[in-house]
Amino acid sequence: MANTTEIKDERYSFTTGAKKTLTILGIVGVLLTVLGTILSMNSGHHAEEGHALATFKENALVASIQAEEGGHAEAGDHGGGHHGSAPWLKRIFSNLWINNVYFTGLAIIGLFFVAIQYAAQAGWSAGMKRIPLAMAHWLPFAGILMIVSWFLVNHDVFHWTHSDLYHGDHADEILIGKSAMWYWPLEMGSFPLFYVLRMVVFFALWYMFFMWIKKEMLAEDIDGDIKHWFKARRHSAVFLVIFAVTSSVAAWDWVMSVDPHWFSTMFGWYMFASWWVNGLAVITLIIVLLKQQGYLQVVNANHLHDIGKFIFGFSIFWTYIWFSQFLLIYYANIPEETVYFIQRLETSQYKWVFFVNLILNFFLPFLLLMTRDAKRHMSMLKIVCPIVIAGHFFDFYLMITPGVMQNDGGFGFMEIGMFLIFAVAFLFVTLTNLAKAPLYAKNHPMLQESLHHHI
Amino acid sequence: MEKNKHFVLGVYEDEDVLLSAVKTVRESGIKIQEVYSPFPVHGLDEVLGYRRTRLPIAAFMFGLLGTSLALTMQIWMLGFDWPMIIGGKNFVSLPPFVPVTFELTVLLAALGMVGTFMIVSDLKPYKKARLMDTRITDDKHVMAIDLASNTLAKDDIKKIVNESGASEVNDKDFED
Repeated sequence: MANTTEIKDERYSFTTGAKKTLTILGIVGVLLTVLGTILSMNSGHHAEEGHALATFKENALVASIQAEEGGHAEAGDHGGGHHGSAPWLKRIFSNLWINNVYFTGLAIIGLFFVAIQYAAQAGWSAGMKRIPLAMAHWLPFAGILMIVSWFLVNHDVFHWTHSDLYHGDHADEILIGKSAMWYWPLEMGSFPLFYVLRMVVFFALWYMFFMWIKKEMLAEDIDGDIKHWFKARRHSAVFLVIFAVTSSVAAWDWVMSVDPHWFSTMFGWYMFASWWVNGLAVITLIIVLLKQQGYLQVVNANHLHDIGKFIFGFSIFWTYIWFSQFLLIYYANIPEETVYFIQRLETSQYKWVFFVNLILNFFLPFLLLMTRDAKRHMSMLKIVCPIVIAGHFFDFYLMITPGVMQNDGGFGFMEIGMFLIFAVAFLFVTLTNLAKAPLYAKNHPMLQESLHHHI
Repeated sequence: MEKNKHFVLGVYEDEDVLLSAVKTVRESGIKIQEVYSPFPVHGLDEVLGYRRTRLPIAAFMFGLLGTSLALTMQIWMLGFDWPMIIGGKNFVSLPPFVPVTFELTVLLAALGMVGTFMIVSDLKPYKKARLMDTRITDDKHVMAIDLASNTLAKDDIKKIVNESGASEVNDKDFED
């Protein structure tokens, strides 16, 4: 055929060099975590006088607003009634939970990206779908980690799991009102069956669709039958409907319920937006790094341009969702809602994160990726993707840590170290599985369209 | 009025022939004024050697103008000219200004871009269209060569165009 471009088969090899680099990074992560833990153990409560006073004022501010919520007295100081674990341990738990949610997001967004491409019958991405597919291999690990660590972090991260909040002196009207969300069909304050079951079912569903879609994608390599593409599209369409519901509920369950008195109807979208743009940045970064090692000849500047537009556009989308949530709460000024932002904006621990979050996730990607050339050149994508990836870590940090640590939160070696450990584990799983299959689908019905993609 | 604009038109049937023809015609030193085609032909911009448009820069500037205009307007109106307490907020508080700022940024960027485009492309009301060939809206690609901007003789140009694979070579004159 005149218009058919011939390309040779490609297979990624996960070299010992790459493994060594990752292992060293992992060791650095462990060392940083240990160092951070020791520092956190020794710092104790409120070391400086001035800081102690400031913290006291902030505590009082947050407490006075929480008291206005009409909740019980205990709602005023979460640490008061239930001391829970020592701050350093809480901080480890908090980081554990942040990374669980963050990397689960990367895995499920890998599958979501593939499903979107099938459902939209997209041709441009035909050559790059193996990378998001490889990322989705983290799903089973994410699921097990999530469920196991939920039982570990339990009371320290999720205030609502204290059973005495539902009966007697400490009874909390707000939480009693929400209890069915967690405890149904059992008695409130007992085992949160509905909650745990949801977690298990979500991961099971996601994993099932991942396996189905992956099966069709790999079978296509062998016999080149077009029916695999149609089957994968059907699975993808069903998965997208399921993902719309499950990702939203997962956001309430895993992140919003860390602040159990607070709620936002935007939250499902907000977390999805954060996951999605972050996933896109990771996919792009992996593609760029692979290309620089000489892989992926099927991907050229036109494909990078498209995925760069995705990052640019969804950075704005994230900002739109973030701002919609912020503006409504700011404007309505209802105490039970504003407490969330007062905790994050009026406290010395989190105020800088609040603005860093906006700079990294909106201003920098917006300005740096605006021109056409920036999206087509790997050098700029290599700068912007890490910015977005770090930015969304701050985003999840800001969603979870203030709710868990109150005013004891900090950002230091421990946060960086634990993120590194998770990142190395995630990359090990992703790259191992990337090496197991050809780097692009040679029998994909739209591969030729992708090769001639031109914008 | 005298017809003082003279064009040579090469008519092509196929876009692949057109692409190679544009290349050969340009290589022989002829300036092509414009190529008309019934559908977008990929790669045509490159072989014609067009520079990328600087319209996005204009759009960015108009956007910046919109942003600053919107902020200035709101800060002046609500902060100084007629301060009002709304929802217990400060007179000058940024978050409520963001939606209007966003909308005006988009509006000015869009209108400015359209306006710039029309001025640059000399599109104006009552502008008389120069229709090179009616078949460009149907099934033919037409390459238009302005004789005034070329030094080669008309017959030489027609010969080169004909040899490049054109199905017909026509003359077209307009009064300016």
